[in-house]
Amino acid sequence: METRKKDKSFWMQIPDGAWMVLSLAAAVLLWIFIASTEAGGVVFAEPWEVFAKLMDKVSDGTLWQHTYISLFRVIAGFSLGFVISIPIAFLMGWYAPFRNVVAPWVQFVRNIPPLAYIPLVITGAGVGEKAKVIVIFIASFLVLVVTIYQGVCNVDATLIKAARVLGASDKDIFFKVVIPASTPFILVGARLGLSASLTTLVAAELTGASKGLGMMIQKAQGYYDMATVLLGILIIGIIGMLMEQLVKFLERKLTGWQETVQ
Amino acid sequence: MAGNSAVKVKIDKVEKVYSGRHGEMVALNGVSLDIMENEFICVVGPSGCGKSTLLNVIAGLLEPTSGAVYVDGKEVRGPGPERGVVFQQYALFPWLTVLKNVQFGLKLKGVSEAQSKETAMKYLKMVDLEQFADSYPKELSGGMKQRVAIARAYAVNPQVLLMDEPFGALDAQTRTQLQSELIKTWQEQKKTCFFITHDVEEAVILATKVIIMSARPGRIKKIVDINLPYPRTQEMKMEMPFLDLKSYIWGEVYQEYLEVRK
Ligand SMILES: Nc1ncnc2c1ncn2[C@@H]1O[C@H](COP(=O)(O)OP(=O)(O)O)[C@@H](O)[C@H]1O
Ligand SMILES: [Mg+2]
Repeated sequence: METRKKDKSFWMQIPDGAWMVLSLAAAVLLWIFIASTEAGGVVFAEPWEVFAKLMDKVSDGTLWQHTYISLFRVIAGFSLGFVISIPIAFLMGWYAPFRNVVAPWVQFVRNIPPLAYIPLVITGAGVGEKAKVIVIFIASFLVLVVTIYQGVCNVDATLIKAARVLGASDKDIFFKVVIPASTPFILVGARLGLSASLTTLVAAELTGASKGLGMMIQKAQGYYDMATVLLGILIIGIIGMLMEQLVKFLERKLTGWQETVQ
Repeated sequence: MAGNSAVKVKIDKVEKVYSGRHGEMVALNGVSLDIMENEFICVVGPSGCGKSTLLNVIAGLLEPTSGAVYVDGKEVRGPGPERGVVFQQYALFPWLTVLKNVQFGLKLKGVSEAQSKETAMKYLKMVDLEQFADSYPKELSGGMKQRVAIARAYAVNPQVLLMDEPFGALDAQTRTQLQSELIKTWQEQKKTCFFITHDVEEAVILATKVIIMSARPGRIKKIVDINLPYPRTQEMKMEMPFLDLKSYIWGEVYQEYLEVRK
């Protein structure tokens, strides 16, 4: 008992930051190990090769161009999805006829992988920026609408009653009760939606792009340039983590009032 | 209560039928009752006998199937500022601080920020929670939450206060304390109170009049005047007149309870 307790306090004493460094170091070590094996070496370039690639592409400016255009697509598609999903989700929550017609559509499209409808989008929107943004928009919109709709449905009916007896009009109830009560779900939706956007990015860039991280990866694959492939993967992963941190920050700011389940 | 015989709330042959999947359910079957100004009515009866339904009809949150409720002779057609409601589940807005919760109804009425803050603080003082003005509901105990809810209801200065098992979720000690506070507040700022409880002792210690309801269909079975002097103290609970009333009412409610179980 005694020793177990001591063990626990030992691990607990390590600060979060140190764990991050430890986790990162372990990942790099594992990477070096896999790259040194025969089978792994085919797929995994050495870390320093990837680092050299990074330096190359930073100095000739191409990496920034790829990252910039990819970020633009993700943010444009996601923002569009965010702005449109909110009114749709609230309409679904509040008007049964609307819900009964639209909910099955959402359910239907949600189960189709974006790759399957990309040909439709290309035919309709060409191979330009529009097509990529549309694909990312669809993916993030679906996730957002489903999550926010759940939030709207979950608004405690007693809170609405409490507001009404204090004199709230329908408009007051919408802006002063339903919106704040749904904020946690909107933020969860944003997190899932951003992650869906990134996931769909590579697929969207399959629609024939000349720039973008997904495209950079695909082109490098053609030359067996695994260092560039890994670089692209790492950057997409880092962007994903940064976005998640941003949403988490917003969650702490905006939904700190929530009761936490113990 | 002599000398003050104006009818404040008139419940006139109220009938409420819920129609659901399994046919119709008569929750209230012709309930009539005159509530005098500044009376403290406690309603007891087996669970499911329509107590909450009746309260919601008076609050204007439910429309009666037939019959009507009048406040000061005016028919109730929806919630109104002259009727405040305290719910069992507290129903505080978790995203607002304690102070903002109490200000909520005042702001809806168009009272300025400064003025509403001052009024809200006054009522927070009344429930002895002014030092928690800037806390969020999640930081409060159940009893404190309910005191905030009571302050919030009082802040808009309703003439009729409707309470649906407000102390039902609290532990015995907190409940006794809040009962004493409620009696004190009612004596200081006279209001017409309509208080639902399943606790006969609570009903007798608070009420000027206890209404016993019978189930299936929900009707008023008996009206018992509680002629105990105010201020009511916890010691009274051990004295004969109180105990007689309590056992009489308890017996009546128990009979109804047995009816329901049949
Ligand atoms: N929204 C509703 N739809 C259908 N039946 C309801 C609804 N609300 C209450 N009832 C039924 O009406 C009866 C009275 O309910 P209620 O007023 O909540 O009783 P009480 O508060 O005395 O426990 C119960 O049998 C309950 O099941
Ligand atoms: Mg009830």
